[in-house]
Amino acid sequence: MPYTRELKELIRKVEATRPARVERKKRGEEFPLLSLKEREERLRKYHPDFVEGARREIRVGVNKGYAISPEIVDLLEARSRVDPDLIDLTKIAYETDVLIIGGGGAGTAAALTARERGAKVLIATKLRHGDANTMMAEGGIQAATKGTKDSPYFHYLDVIGGGHFKNDPELVYTLVTEAPKVIAWLESLGCMFTKFPDGRLKTLHGGGTCRKRMHYAADITGAEIMRTLRDEARNHPEEIKVLEFSPAVELILNEHGHCSGAVLYNLETEEYFVVKAKAVIMATGGSGRLHIQGFMTTNHYGATGDGLVMGYRAGVKLCFLHTVQYHPTGAVFPEQAEGLLITEKFRGAGANVLNIDGEQFVNEREPRDVESASFIRECTERGKGVPTPTGKVGVWLDSPMIDMLWGEGTVKREFPGKYILFKRYGIDISKEPILVYPTLHYQNGGLEYNCRCETSVPGFFAAGEVTGGVHGENRLMGNSLLDVCVFGRIAGENAAIYAKEKFKDGKLTLDHVRRYHRELEEAGIVTDRVAPMLLPDYTNPKVRERQLTTHYLGTLR
Amino acid sequence: MEEQGVKKEELVPIFIMGKRYDVPSSLTIQKAMEYAGYQLIRGCGCRGGICGACGTVYRFPGSYKIEVGLACQTVVQPNMYLAQIPFFPATKRVYDIEKVKPSIETIVKYYPEVLRCLQCNTCTKSCPMDIEVMDYIAAAMRGDIARLAELSFDCVMCGLCTARCPAEICQYNVAILGRRLYGKYILPKAEHLTEMVEQVRQGKYEQMLRELMDTNEETLKKLYNEREIEPEQADEFWEPKDKSFL
Ligand SMILES: Cc1cc2nc3c(=O)[nH]c(=O)nc-3n(C[C@H](O)[C@H](O)[C@H](O)COP(=O)(O)OP(=O)(O)OC[C@H]3O[C@@H](n4cnc5c(N)ncnc54)[C@H](O)[C@@H]3O)c2cc1C
Ligand code: FES
Repeated sequence: MPYTRELKELIRKVEATRPARVERKKRGEEFPLLSLKEREERLRKYHPDFVEGARREIRVGVNKGYAISPEIVDLLEARSRVDPDLIDLTKIAYETDVLIIGGGGAGTAAALTARERGAKVLIATKLRHGDANTMMAEGGIQAATKGTKDSPYFHYLDVIGGGHFKNDPELVYTLVTEAPKVIAWLESLGCMFTKFPDGRLKTLHGGGTCRKRMHYAADITGAEIMRTLRDEARNHPEEIKVLEFSPAVELILNEHGHCSGAVLYNLETEEYFVVKAKAVIMATGGSGRLHIQGFMTTNHYGATGDGLVMGYRAGVKLCFLHTVQYHPTGAVFPEQAEGLLITEKFRGAGANVLNIDGEQFVNEREPRDVESASFIRECTERGKGVPTPTGKVGVWLDSPMIDMLWGEGTVKREFPGKYILFKRYGIDISKEPILVYPTLHYQNGGLEYNCRCETSVPGFFAAGEVTGGVHGENRLMGNSLLDVCVFGRIAGENAAIYAKEKFKDGKLTLDHVRRYHRELEEAGIVTDRVAPMLLPDYTNPKVRERQLTTHYLGTLR
Repeated sequence: MEEQGVKKEELVPIFIMGKRYDVPSSLTIQKAMEYAGYQLIRGCGCRGGICGACGTVYRFPGSYKIEVGLACQTVVQPNMYLAQIPFFPATKRVYDIEKVKPSIETIVKYYPEVLRCLQCNTCTKSCPMDIEVMDYIAAAMRGDIARLAELSFDCVMCGLCTARCPAEICQYNVAILGRRLYGKYILPKAEHLTEMVEQVRQGKYEQMLRELMDTNEETLKKLYNEREIEPEQADEFWEPKDKSFL
């Protein structure tokens, strides 16, 4: 949908201030950057992590007292989707060496290495294989691959600085030293990285990098990696089986306290069934679809934090969930682009950020969190946001400036994906600005694990966005695709070795779930909430009112 | 939450699998289905136009033309009648990427049906990504792997082409075979990458990294702040002044 008449009217105000802003930019006059102290203040007052009620203490489980987003706490303080007494653990539907929960980047990489180690693998995934955040990554994947100017040493410094120096050093070490191997592995699988004619990989900067080490496959890096890994997994149909539309809802332990499988749910036939495995890998990704504090999100439909819930009930600690990554520039118009990521590169190229009066209110190159906080302040306290026809607000990202600064055609050339997309909606972003607002982007923390991807429960491994520690309190762009490949591979290998060498058979049990339910009761938490959520609920509430005989369990009917 | 504060908006009629629903005119097909009361399980993945889960076909009354789109990207239009095709049985041949060659023999061995292409161009017309599907199949038939890979690069593997192909070709699986052959065998290897992998294997960075890991936060902060930053405009062969940690 093109801009409405009202919005076009408002764009005039942007156009009115534009020539002077371009002139100032050319003269090198910038909107003043905030001092460190002002930044701190702005974050404390306006960043979603700091607002009243942004964090609530968990009242049960191994992290009792840890304060994180209430939306996640609600899921942790919820009952299992299914009464453990109703599940017959002697009826085993599938038996496998390694069960992988989640068919995104981490899960699929794990499947490939587990197979190489001789394990039979079963991937259980919620949607289709590859419908995942990995598919959506555009920007790129970091790795120090150019020894004349870069090394794992500098990559290490960047990662740990980006994470506020809180990251787990062993995990960071593993990430940066495995990085070149992972790129070589992807190259050998036939990933079409963008290269110079002589085969040199093209690399760019990302936020917080000191060397250009962002490798990419045009502007669909994640999709290229995901579809290649998926195709490779499908080349081993005997050893890697995939169950789609079959999310896990609970881990199964055995009498020795080892992880030995999971209860899956067939989303179509609505049956629960048991998978017995010698080792289990959690790779369920992030949680953007929880819409923390009502924020829109860049994440895929199935990003509901299920792995956190299942792992926590089995006794695995959570870490680094007290910070959430918001990306300042998510599209708010048109409706169909809502939440869609508008890359940082637009601001890097000089596009100002403006309020309803076409005035600047923040320098466009503040760090992600400060930038987000400033947008929020403008739209809330100052009331200078631009209203959309669907009742949202946003600020202008003045993309046409880029052509004026760098020459006609720059927007089209440098941002082909976004240019074409908006063109389809009848918006020419080289002539009209983009309406944006912060959007929920990445789950910085998750299950605690070590550099062998082991968790505190024997036989239970974790990898990817569901884990916490490697990125500390803040992940840098390009380190997450890397994370899922590096740790996915390690998880697969170690799970396969565990299945072969350390697995100890025993009677299956869901006692940990019963215990967890008791703990909820003891803490006085009486609730009909159930978790994991599995899918968000976007159906029309008015329709719900008329569904007089429908039963909903959580968000699912 | 998608409902919040919605102004009174124009409703338009659409027909989901033949049944009429009145939905706000600004919604995508995907959101319109949810508005109508569907809880999507199939046919919804990334909600951002890249996973290919939401292929949809539609028509307008009185028109012979079959239109296609991704449900998460296509805005509803009055009187469209539509169905999602979230799954279509497809052939995926199993091959060993280490052993195949980037040649016409490989294509013909694994997907001989490409030779049945009638050049009707229905695949191209069915592509919601505006890819020249028939042209890349033609490239596959010629053994032009590079062209096959480049033309098909934006494919989201939604399967609409496959659903409509009279020659029963599974275009998108031919395409990914082509891209993998191209990426692995035709694009030149990155030598700097091979070198770096070797350096890491030999433990060149071991000691400096272990030292970093033992460094206290204050010193780390100092090292971090003093990093020499490669300039944005620097060319490919820029080198830092301090080479001690390379
Ligand atoms: C729009 C966008 C852009 C991004 N850009 C970049 C970038 O440029 N560079 C970068 O490095 N990172 C980027 N990221 C981050 C990165 O893509 C993700 O963090 C990473 O891919 C996560 O991989 P994963 O395998 O852990 O999870 P995912 O890829 O999300 O896979 C998780 C899988 O588990 C499934 N699942 C969930 N719950 C269950 C359950 N209960 N049972 C079974 N299966 C389940 C899901 O359906 C999904 O298939 C981006 C993310 C987004 C959303
Ligand atoms: S839902 Fe992924 S392409 Fe539409």
